[in-house]
Amino acid sequence: MVQQLVFYAFAAGLIFAASMVITVRNPVHAALFLVVAFFASAGLWLLLEAEFLAIALVLVYVGAVMVLFLFVVMMLDINIAVLREGFARYLPIASGVAVLMLAAIGYVVGHQHFGLNRISQPEAAAASYNNTAVLGRVLYTQYVLPFEVASVILLVAIIAAIALTLRTTRQTRAPHPGHQVQVMRGDRVRLVKMAAEKPE
Amino acid sequence: MHPSAATELLHHILDFLPSPVFAVTLILLKIGLIVLPLMGAVAYLTLVERKVIGYMQVRLGPNRVTFFGIKILGGFGQPIADALKLLTKEIIVPTGASTFLFLVAPIVALVPALAAWAVVPFGGELVLSNINAGLLYVLALTSLGVYGIIIAGWASNSKYAFLGAMRSAAQIVSYEIAMGFALVGVLIASHSLNLGQIVEAQRGNVFTWFWLPLFPLFLIYFISGVAETNRAPFDVSEGESEIVAGFHVEYAGMGFALFFLAEYANMILISALTSVMFFGGWMSPLPASLAITPVIGTLLGDGIHWFVFKIFFFLFCFLWFRATFPRYRYDQIMRLGWKVFLPITIVWLVVVATLVILHVPPWFDAT
Repeated sequence: MVQQLVFYAFAAGLIFAASMVITVRNPVHAALFLVVAFFASAGLWLLLEAEFLAIALVLVYVGAVMVLFLFVVMMLDINIAVLREGFARYLPIASGVAVLMLAAIGYVVGHQHFGLNRISQPEAAAASYNNTAVLGRVLYTQYVLPFEVASVILLVAIIAAIALTLRTTRQTRAPHPGHQVQVMRGDRVRLVKMAAEKPE
Repeated sequence: MHPSAATELLHHILDFLPSPVFAVTLILLKIGLIVLPLMGAVAYLTLVERKVIGYMQVRLGPNRVTFFGIKILGGFGQPIADALKLLTKEIIVPTGASTFLFLVAPIVALVPALAAWAVVPFGGELVLSNINAGLLYVLALTSLGVYGIIIAGWASNSKYAFLGAMRSAAQIVSYEIAMGFALVGVLIASHSLNLGQIVEAQRGNVFTWFWLPLFPLFLIYFISGVAETNRAPFDVSEGESEIVAGFHVEYAGMGFALFFLAEYANMILISALTSVMFFGGWMSPLPASLAITPVIGTLLGDGIHWFVFKIFFFLFCFLWFRATFPRYRYDQIMRLGWKVFLPITIVWLVVVATLVILHVPPWFDAT
């Protein structure tokens, strides 16, 4: 009973936030609504006893990806009015595509595929059940090969991203930290000994 | 009193309540028991900071506001006076600011700093929520603190605030990675994500605590913690000399106070987590045989007082850093995070994993 209430609260929050993401005018507000949507879906995953996925979602998407997203969006000067131009002109084609997509989604993941008569209700896990440990065990034994392949692909992507942005000749005048550390007092300060002078 | 005995007593007193209401009341009481002392600690940490830095710079620090007129307690009323002053000040919303976000930002900054305390173990059974993924939860919540700063910087409609927010965002995202890797080391060493079990895994004496086998990770975690809380020498997000006060330049009154509460609560949290993960949490550094000494045995044995003592030590380090080091330049901060800390943590992860696999005593021979 309580669980269902919590589910509906999170689900309603998720749908509200997700629809706000695509309707609000201000891109920063949209990004912040996306953060709310991530939180709501993390809450739903917690209800499914998938605490690792829920926390990883908050940690990776909310904690890192969305921060960088906001970082970029805040610096952009987006003119919404220009972006919205031609809304009426594209409306017929767009709505046609939307209806088609909706029908396809409904066909693949429609209500006829769900329900207790198709998939029986999974039993609640014991209190000692450790989602993280179970996930780790499966990932590093049964699925170790796909996991390694995925990590290699990610590594390639990282190296490619660095290679694309790297400038071979460094144009900045930033001082070299190694040289800075090695500086001795004698290199910068010269003590001059001289006799006291007396003004005439 | 033993925590379960206290729960029993409460059960008798609140007998008339239906059980779900009782459960909620109990949790609320526990939250109060954590948050209220924490707020008191934050208030007096500001005084300790000013006093400690004062003495380090051969000054007296605040000594005018006395406590109930007792002369020798000069300065003890200062946090209360400060709080009253901030409470009665006007809240100003700048022109062109995004009002809702501007007002919500300080709250967003404070909430993660308080929520992370839910999984911190204060003693063997003294923990609000004993969850399995405690370490991940803490990591996720500390990464949320940056939102308050970014939102504040953007919503203020001020260039200084915005620059501060941008600096802070880049800095926190960078140091979070080193911090996360340091915690992976703790996870490998303790075989658990549960903070209580991490403390249990360090049982023994001072030398079985994780600071010794994980020494580089401990240093990196603590320094990253200083960077995450935007404290000196990593406080470029509020660097007074360049951008006035950074992200909170437009805030007055309680909004400003909430940002400070969040910063100091985060400092206490980082200190607590460092002592939980590397310094044996509530465990006593003295040999266990001393704990059965009559009268002072409770003081010498394990207990929350050791935890508080360790937290205080790390808080002192925070203040010490602030009084000692000049502010880092921005490119130096980035270099330290990415080019120094990250490689060291990765190398040390390999070292820790080797130590664990070889069951090197005295840390890993039991597992």
